[in-house]
Amino acid sequence: MELTGGEIVVQALKDEGVEFVWGYPGGAVLHIYDAIFQQKAVQHILVRHEQAATHAADGYARATGNLGVALVTSGPGATNAVTGIATAYMDSIPMVIITGQVPVPFIGSDAFQEVDITGITRPCVKHNFLIKRVEDIADTMAKAFYIARTGRPGPVLVDIPKDVTDPNIRIPYDYPKKISMRSYKPVEKGNTRQVRKAVDLMAKARRPVVYTGGGVVLGEASDDLRELIKYTDFPVTNTLMGLGSIAASDEHFLGMLGMHGTYEANMAMHEADLIVAIGARFDDRVTGKLAQFCPNAKIVHVDVDPASISKNVRVDVPIVGQVKPVLKDMLKFLKARKTGPDKAALKEWWERINTWRSVECLNYANSDKVIKPQYAIETLHKVTRRRNFYLTSDVGQHQMFAAQFYPFEKPRRWINSGGLGTMGFGLPAAMGVQQAFPKATVACVTGEASIQMCIQELATCSQYNLPIKIVLLNNGYMGMVRQWQEFFYDGRYSHSYVDALPDFARLAETYGHVGMTIEDPNDLEAAYKEAFSLKDRLVFMNVIIDPEENVYPMIEAGKGHHEMHMSPHLSAERELA
Amino acid sequence: MRHIISVLIENEAGALARVSGLFAARGYNIESLTVAPTEDETLSRMTLVTYGDEMIIEQIIKQLNKLVDVVKLLDLSDGPHIERELMMVKVKAEKNHREEMKRMADIFRANIIDVTDCSYTVELTGNGDKLDAFLKAVNTDLIMEVVRSGPLGISRGVKGLGL
Repeated sequence: MELTGGEIVVQALKDEGVEFVWGYPGGAVLHIYDAIFQQKAVQHILVRHEQAATHAADGYARATGNLGVALVTSGPGATNAVTGIATAYMDSIPMVIITGQVPVPFIGSDAFQEVDITGITRPCVKHNFLIKRVEDIADTMAKAFYIARTGRPGPVLVDIPKDVTDPNIRIPYDYPKKISMRSYKPVEKGNTRQVRKAVDLMAKARRPVVYTGGGVVLGEASDDLRELIKYTDFPVTNTLMGLGSIAASDEHFLGMLGMHGTYEANMAMHEADLIVAIGARFDDRVTGKLAQFCPNAKIVHVDVDPASISKNVRVDVPIVGQVKPVLKDMLKFLKARKTGPDKAALKEWWERINTWRSVECLNYANSDKVIKPQYAIETLHKVTRRRNFYLTSDVGQHQMFAAQFYPFEKPRRWINSGGLGTMGFGLPAAMGVQQAFPKATVACVTGEASIQMCIQELATCSQYNLPIKIVLLNNGYMGMVRQWQEFFYDGRYSHSYVDALPDFARLAETYGHVGMTIEDPNDLEAAYKEAFSLKDRLVFMNVIIDPEENVYPMIEAGKGHHEMHMSPHLSAERELA
Repeated sequence: MRHIISVLIENEAGALARVSGLFAARGYNIESLTVAPTEDETLSRMTLVTYGDEMIIEQIIKQLNKLVDVVKLLDLSDGPHIERELMMVKVKAEKNHREEMKRMADIFRANIIDVTDCSYTVELTGNGDKLDAFLKAVNTDLIMEVVRSGPLGISRGVKGLGL
């Protein structure tokens, strides 16, 4: 079979099993777009801004576990995609981004729409390639997919100059079946001796905590985690990225940890004598002040990326390997031991944890006058709990409220930008999820600031009939910025007030969607029910909430886990329980 | 502590930028970096000198290993090894200085590789200390230009860095 460069690109996507490509055409990718036009297997989704193409591909990847693909042109097309690439990189999401480039002889001449995108993205991709010959396309595409998917996943960018896809040049197509690279050998199983060492510590631990992150989700190891927890009776806490990897209703689950984590999760970390970290990376939002992080604990760390281990926190038992086989080995070795986990000590530990739980740190003062954001999320859960439900989020207070108040029972259901914290992520990510699961209920919780960073995608949702439910928690402020300004800048709200807001309901209507404005807490549940019953329509719910509600508990940046600010709603005595 | 690390890396466009970019992006110190293709033309060998505490050096090595283009690396400082650096120094060599400069070059086992009626270019190989010592021994006013390669390193004995 003889194909042109553009056809090879598209054929490679087919051979990799790609269903969808999110993209935006332009001069340098016209040959590729022409090849896309002449086939049906790969469906191209036209976004309204390249950032959204990368976020949509990313959301698709997070929800399905498949790899997401974006296609953009050279120059501004490529630079617009950078935010989405960096977002995927920080959260280890497998993606392939194809960018057009000016023809090879023009590279370096400051040609029209030329930018050195491999140079620009080098620090925020797992790897990138610049293809210079049509003969290299198939091989490079295969490598890109292989690298993006294996080991610690991540985005891989493939830059293709226009002349490389010249329709007048045809070459035989031969896609590599198997990739082997001498310079890239991802690890599989963890070292058995190290796992045994960890198991020894687990059997002896008196106050253990299992702390798990996005790695458990990415590694499809949720079932294995649940079994380990069930067998050991250990408490478990999740990072923002790990939510759903253990069911929120599991009695062993302490909630999220870190800056806006629960009192019980953070106190348990602080007093633990053993931390078993699995697929988590000791991010600063999780650890707080490093010098005070888990002061009495030995630390076991399981991660597929050796560079994550002992990067921020010195680890006692490092285990480099895929989370799933390591968890299986852990359970196997634990079961084979004569003495299992210390039941008496664990009973005492759980009693201690339950006193922290009794503080009910997420308690808030509800109101029948104004909608509290916590109530908005709780009610969202009430209305959607029986549905096949996915929730994407933007970044800020609403994201934290959703993480705290929406109990996720399964992995891959909570989709948000954790590492990079990208405002504008939520709506395009929801498009990716909805495209993958047309029958599922997909909602995006957002703020009036975040939504405006990618609001143009309402048009894409119209064009492809994506019935996403947008829950805009509208407090008129960049809520998280305002909260920090209230706490740390004596309430000087410098530029955190979002003036000149559009009427979001009407705006949604002009794009052909259903718009709603909800102000009364007594109307909220009924409004949600109505919105979610419109299963073929995008419904934009503009939920006007309390403008100055804060996210609690909160650990200030640079403070220890035991130094949480609790909601003023809780009394000072209870705080010190 | 000072570490000298040898890296075998795919001889591809952008490979050097990945390494230098890594050091810049993560704020690692880099004292010198030399790179050239090896006997296998698909591979380059890089020698880089860096310093930092144990945890930082561990991170540097892990991050280097994580680069897809890096095939293999070795922290030479972990074992016995040899370091050599090449220096070329252009010095003023007029009248009575000519003889003195020639003597100095002999003492340091240096070669004079270019001569004009008013200058010598001296070539000197050794470890960094030796090159420093030469520069210190020569009257500063006579030094016109100095170029140093940065150290190259290789481990002693049979063990080493290869595929």
